[in-house]
Amino acid sequence: MRGARIGTLFAVGALLAGLLGTGGSAAGAGGPLGGTAGGTAGGGRGEALVHLAAGAPENAPENSPENAPGNAVANAVEADGCDTGASLPPKEQVGSRIRAIRERGYLVVGIDQSAYNWGYRDSQTGRIEGFDIDLAHAVAGSVLGDPDKVRLKAVATADRVALLQAPDRPVDMIARAMTITCDRLKQIAFSAPYFNVSQRVVAPKSAHAGTVDQALRGKDVCVAENSSSAAALDQDRHGARKVLTPENQLDCLVLMELGEAQATLSDSSLAYAMVAQDQTMQLVDGSFLPTYMGVGMNKQDTDLVAWVNQVLADWRNSGGWQASYDKWLRPTMGDPGPYRPW
Amino acid sequence: MAAQTQGSVLAPAPAGGPVAVPGGAGPVGRLSGPLARLRRAARTPPGRLRTAAAVLVALTLLFGVTAAWQSADRAAAARQLASRSEPLSQDAAELYRSLADADATAAAGFLMASAEPPEVHAQYQADLDTAARLIPQAAARSGSSAEAQRLLAELGRQLPRYAGLVESARAINREGLPLGGAYLRYASAYLQEEVLPNAQRLADAEAAALDGDYDAAAAVPWAALVLGVLLLGALGRYQVVLFRRTNRVFNPGLLTASAAVLTALVWTAAGTVAAGTGLHGARTQGIAPLRDLNRVRVEALRAHTAEVLDLVSRGATKKFEGEWQALAGTLADPAGGAGSVAGLLAAPPDRARQQLADARHWFEVWQQRHATAGQLGAGSAKDAYEQALGATLTPGRDDTARAAFDAAGQQWEQAARAEQAAFEAAAGGIDGALGVQAAAAGLLAALAVGGTVRGLGRRLAEYR
Repeated sequence: MRGARIGTLFAVGALLAGLLGTGGSAAGAGGPLGGTAGGTAGGGRGEALVHLAAGAPENAPENSPENAPGNAVANAVEADGCDTGASLPPKEQVGSRIRAIRERGYLVVGIDQSAYNWGYRDSQTGRIEGFDIDLAHAVAGSVLGDPDKVRLKAVATADRVALLQAPDRPVDMIARAMTITCDRLKQIAFSAPYFNVSQRVVAPKSAHAGTVDQALRGKDVCVAENSSSAAALDQDRHGARKVLTPENQLDCLVLMELGEAQATLSDSSLAYAMVAQDQTMQLVDGSFLPTYMGVGMNKQDTDLVAWVNQVLADWRNSGGWQASYDKWLRPTMGDPGPYRPW
Repeated sequence: MAAQTQGSVLAPAPAGGPVAVPGGAGPVGRLSGPLARLRRAARTPPGRLRTAAAVLVALTLLFGVTAAWQSADRAAAARQLASRSEPLSQDAAELYRSLADADATAAAGFLMASAEPPEVHAQYQADLDTAARLIPQAAARSGSSAEAQRLLAELGRQLPRYAGLVESARAINREGLPLGGAYLRYASAYLQEEVLPNAQRLADAEAAALDGDYDAAAAVPWAALVLGVLLLGALGRYQVVLFRRTNRVFNPGLLTASAAVLTALVWTAAGTVAAGTGLHGARTQGIAPLRDLNRVRVEALRAHTAEVLDLVSRGATKKFEGEWQALAGTLADPAGGAGSVAGLLAAPPDRARQQLADARHWFEVWQQRHATAGQLGAGSAKDAYEQALGATLTPGRDDTARAAFDAAGQQWEQAARAEQAAFEAAAGGIDGALGVQAAAAGLLAALAVGGTVRGLGRRLAEYR
């Protein structure tokens, strides 16, 4: 009950701050995070809301010059007034959700098992690994004192929001290359951003597509069902002839290899994962709809949201984010600059 | 009907002859031409004899042809049943099973990852080889319907595509990329949604053809039997007439004809009963239990596929758990309803009783182990998934759910072989016996024609 009331308070606070806080108001990296990265000290202590991330995602990440760690810049405020970069201030305080997880003895994290380098099953070892999986282990280590006390549960792209809203909590959180959108913020809570993403098009090199429009116009385009890319394609089809929506973004790569689709629209994170698995594919120049990636949670679990934000801050400050990036993503994505949301 | 009319024409003619001739002579006598001459000739005593001989011979020939033709028809159907439609039906069921097993085995190999032992891939390969052998074999068997040929051609086109998708998945899996899993999903969906429905349609078509052949082989040759009885009656009746007219007790020719027709009639009736008994045995010991067994084996296979795919999905969907629940519910029905393991033992063929009982034991072990694996998966251990996976399938361990499923499957396979042998024992020879019966009916009818001609020829000679 108390948790719910606090949740409401925070939600109201978030709304207010979202409406007001357009001008780099709350560089929360300062106070509560311990600021080893030397973030800009902000006056955000009194606020119910902290912008961990402010990586100028309005620009295409590749083109944005200022990406130094801890660099708090403008927030991403979308047209309808929601702030996709906003979340609760980081805090390690035991609430009802944390207590329930500790009683259970393990953390249940919804993951993807087919997002190469993000959350995927190594088909040789049978183990689930990747950047998002490192994050799941980090949260388990922080909440339960053992990074292995985590149950990884595969969730379908289309089911993510419903699973987080379910009252019996089939999953505590979802770390699955999930894009923070205003639509989703109305239904679930997100952690602070931990990665910058935008929409990218993947197409066979043989298509010789120079621009997004060239790659999509008149083509059979593939997007994962209920993904942010599907929503983006709904708003603007870019002349696509037909839209295929399999359950999983990786199914799009199979369809392209088999010639059933000629292009795929995807988050940049997963677009790179596709190209990494098939050298005959390429990322088409040009990205759009820049936004963030966050950990999804239930709106009522404010203690967990704050806790995860603390883990993210620690992960970032201790170099854990960088280490995981270097291990999983640098070989395919290169310099991390454009992807750091701080 | 024709026989009846002829019989009734035949019977009163000699009896009413002396009365009818004077009364009818006037008006008919005025007519001229060949028809009238024929009628006049038929009214004379030798004419009546000739008419009777012609009618009796025609009736005997009709009986002989009908009996021989109907017996030969049943012999052909029995031969079709034993040599074509039953094997084709079994082949179609086997084809479906090998394809579904390939799917389950490929998924199991995927879950075992690099620990996949060579036997698992060998089993997948054997499944594909079986399918690749059965498709042209079924197509080559003469007499398949156009629909069956179309389905076989379609399956022959689909099989290499499926195999190619699985090989792509394997090659990519060897590099550790998740794309291999996506290929396997695609391959599995392709098999489930496009290939297996064709295999099912083929199995249904072959089962319908089998039923058709069975019904044709077991049909009672009513026309031949009715004709035979009428013919016997006519022969008997005419002998009585001749006896009254000539005071000769026996006409050896007609007596021979009667004996021949009686023999043919009894042979046909007895042969029909014998073939019916044999076919009934083939159905109760072979066709019906095989059909029930095929259904249970396919359901068990689909349940195992759902069990494995549920682990592959790692909880991403409840679909496979639901499929398992539905199939296991039917299979484990204690009341022995259709498609249940208990139902196979309700009235099992003797030859397969032991195998079916053993299979039931392993089926129950499988269900228990699946439940245990489910409890492990839902348990609180942090490696709950790995434990559930290990309890379901681990290469080299024989206490897993898959091992129990395999054991049950092997017993079912042996039971199917025993039932197949029972079918062959019961159905074998039926076509031969019916063939002999057809030939015998023909020969006996010829003998009867000879007897009739000879017997009435003697009487005719008395008028010269």
